[in-house]
Amino acid sequence: MRNLLEVQNLEKQFSSQKAVDNISFSLEEGSIFGLLGPNGAGKTTLIRMITGIFYPDSGSIQFDGRPFSAENDIINIGYMPEERGLYKKMKIGEHALYLAQLKGLSRSDAMKAVKEWFEKLEMQSWWNKKVEDLSKGMSQKLQFVTTVLHRPKLIILDEPFSGLDPVNANLIKDEIYDLAKTGSTIIFSTHRMEQVEEICDHIILVNKGQKILDGTVNNIKQEFKENIFKVGVNTTAQNLMTPDFTVIKHNPDNLLLKLTEGVSNNDVLKFFINQGLSINSFNEVLPSLNQIFIKLVNDTPQARQFTA
Amino acid sequence: MSKTWIIIKREYTSRVAKKSFLLSTFLTPILFVGLIFGVVYLTATSSSEEKVAVDNKESYLKEYLVKKRNISYEFVNNADTTLLSKGYTAVLLAPNTGINQTKSYQVYSQKSKGKELTGTIENQINDAINAKMVMDVANLNKAQYDSLVKNAPSSKVENTVFSEAEKAKKGNFETASMIGYVVSFIIYFSLFMYGAAVMRGVMEEKTNRIAEVMVSSVKPFQLMMGKIVGIGAVGLTQFIMWIVLFVGLSTIASNLMPVDPASMQDAAAAMQPGMSAVAAEASQNKAAMILNTVSTSVNWPLIIGCFIFYYIGGYLFYAALFAAVGSAVNEDPQDAQSLMMPITIPIILSMVIMINAIRQPESALAIWGSMIPFSSPIIMMARLPFGSTIVPWWQLGLSMLILILGFIATIWLSAKIYRTGILLYGKKVTLKELAKWAFRKN
Repeated sequence: MRNLLEVQNLEKQFSSQKAVDNISFSLEEGSIFGLLGPNGAGKTTLIRMITGIFYPDSGSIQFDGRPFSAENDIINIGYMPEERGLYKKMKIGEHALYLAQLKGLSRSDAMKAVKEWFEKLEMQSWWNKKVEDLSKGMSQKLQFVTTVLHRPKLIILDEPFSGLDPVNANLIKDEIYDLAKTGSTIIFSTHRMEQVEEICDHIILVNKGQKILDGTVNNIKQEFKENIFKVGVNTTAQNLMTPDFTVIKHNPDNLLLKLTEGVSNNDVLKFFINQGLSINSFNEVLPSLNQIFIKLVNDTPQARQFTA
Repeated sequence: MSKTWIIIKREYTSRVAKKSFLLSTFLTPILFVGLIFGVVYLTATSSSEEKVAVDNKESYLKEYLVKKRNISYEFVNNADTTLLSKGYTAVLLAPNTGINQTKSYQVYSQKSKGKELTGTIENQINDAINAKMVMDVANLNKAQYDSLVKNAPSSKVENTVFSEAEKAKKGNFETASMIGYVVSFIIYFSLFMYGAAVMRGVMEEKTNRIAEVMVSSVKPFQLMMGKIVGIGAVGLTQFIMWIVLFVGLSTIASNLMPVDPASMQDAAAAMQPGMSAVAAEASQNKAAMILNTVSTSVNWPLIIGCFIFYYIGGYLFYAALFAAVGSAVNEDPQDAQSLMMPITIPIILSMVIMINAIRQPESALAIWGSMIPFSSPIIMMARLPFGSTIVPWWQLGLSMLILILGFIATIWLSAKIYRTGILLYGKKVTLKELAKWAFRKN
């Protein structure tokens, strides 16, 4: 798969601090990419450079094999910012048409796309209602539709599920998978780690303007694993005296163990088998992204201080 | 360009379709015309016939207490208040006659009489006494005196005109001031009204959080210009509607009036009771003269053309600044107030200079005021009706050129403030920071 987006050594300086400090990454076409980071890490600034709202101070952005130009590539990008709103007094159908036309669709193409999406998400009856009558979740749905209806190659979603109920969140999630399947590439920015784990193929973690982690979800978990295993076995504490592992947690029907360096899975299994215990289950416990995130972010000094 | 056009269209149609726009567009001229004609109509029709019995020993009053408008006089001897039940509506007693033992004239009536009756009687008696004194001293007869008085006020008008030596056409000065006031006031009013509308629009986009959605599709500059041009077009539409409606309604209303224009002028004169009868006569002539010059001596195509130019130029100049302020403000309207100060002060100052410029359209203050783009839309429009002798073509041309350069400059600076401000949340911005944003490179 070729790369849709390649970001090289991107930098952006605001009056006193580097919001984005030498960040590079690349995005495979059709992948779902997680852009993670604590508040104020520089995610929004990074996205604003990719969407052409800000110019980078230095570094380069390659989009679809060519240097990125906001003028020409804007039609190929759909961006749903975290701080998003709509014109309250407009009618919903008109609003969707308006944003679609601003993306460069002709009025008739825009009309076709809006109708198609409204049908898909069962929003047809909304057409003549006013935006101010929408609930938060409903306007979120409308915002999602207006972000993707021009079939952009790159879709950037910043906290797309905030405020959605589980039913609508699933609906949007399915649409995201669908879009990825049909060739769109998706950047998904959030600090909700369980969603990232579920959805994303590839993530980068940004903190204090710098990239501190880059890889597929699986690789990262492997990298940060701590040799912890969950063994489904019923035993007592005095039977667990061994240098092979330490017990982290002792539950009635399972154990959480941390293996000593150099000890293999089979050594542990042998240990229990030799005791004549029956083993119901045995699996490695990988760290959750949440744990990795907290570990990495906490290791660095607290979030950036304001320097006037 | 086409995206800016889409934005202009939305800004325009969403405002023009609003109920408040339709109401203010249609109701304002109706109310205005209704008010003017209502007042005139009531004054002209509500006064009843007055028949006044006069008891007076001095014979010369007879020549002056003649029927005027709805007031007629009859001279009787030994009048008293019993006459009030004999067909007279009022009894006028000279000093020391009948029951009036005071040193002044007294009017007796059953109903309290308005200022119109007593004022008219007072003016006529004063004119009589003045005439008597002048005639006695100068040894003139009445015909000589009347011709003297008749010439006096008109020669005074000639003087006023003459002091503007060979420049303004005869009688043009008053007309020009009147038009100057009205037109420059409309510009003043529109700068504030539509400038504030731009600011509110930008603030709405920012607090609504739609700004970031928008700038991911269009350049901030396109967004700002779309709003400015769209709202400016709304203003232009409203003006054109107002002019059409005002002219139309005035024509209809004056055709429906049951009284002839002359008596309307009388009524208008009667509303200024302090004026002597002669002066009132003169002011009627003046009014007629002004009406005449309004339609003949004023270069309407030039004034309307320049009005549109200065409305657009002044609007662009200030709307860009209002947009910049709107982009820098967060939810707190208090912040907007303090940032608006530097914009509102020059507009208000222009009004002060305008009043001065109308009195002396050739003063250095007026000329400078009509050149500097902060005040030129208001002050040039105030000076323009005085004609090309007061405002030479080169001044008009230079002023227009400076205004064009001026609004290009404010739009350019505001665009830089806007670009930063529109995406900045939660921080209170000071004027100093705005200046920094406006003048920094890139």
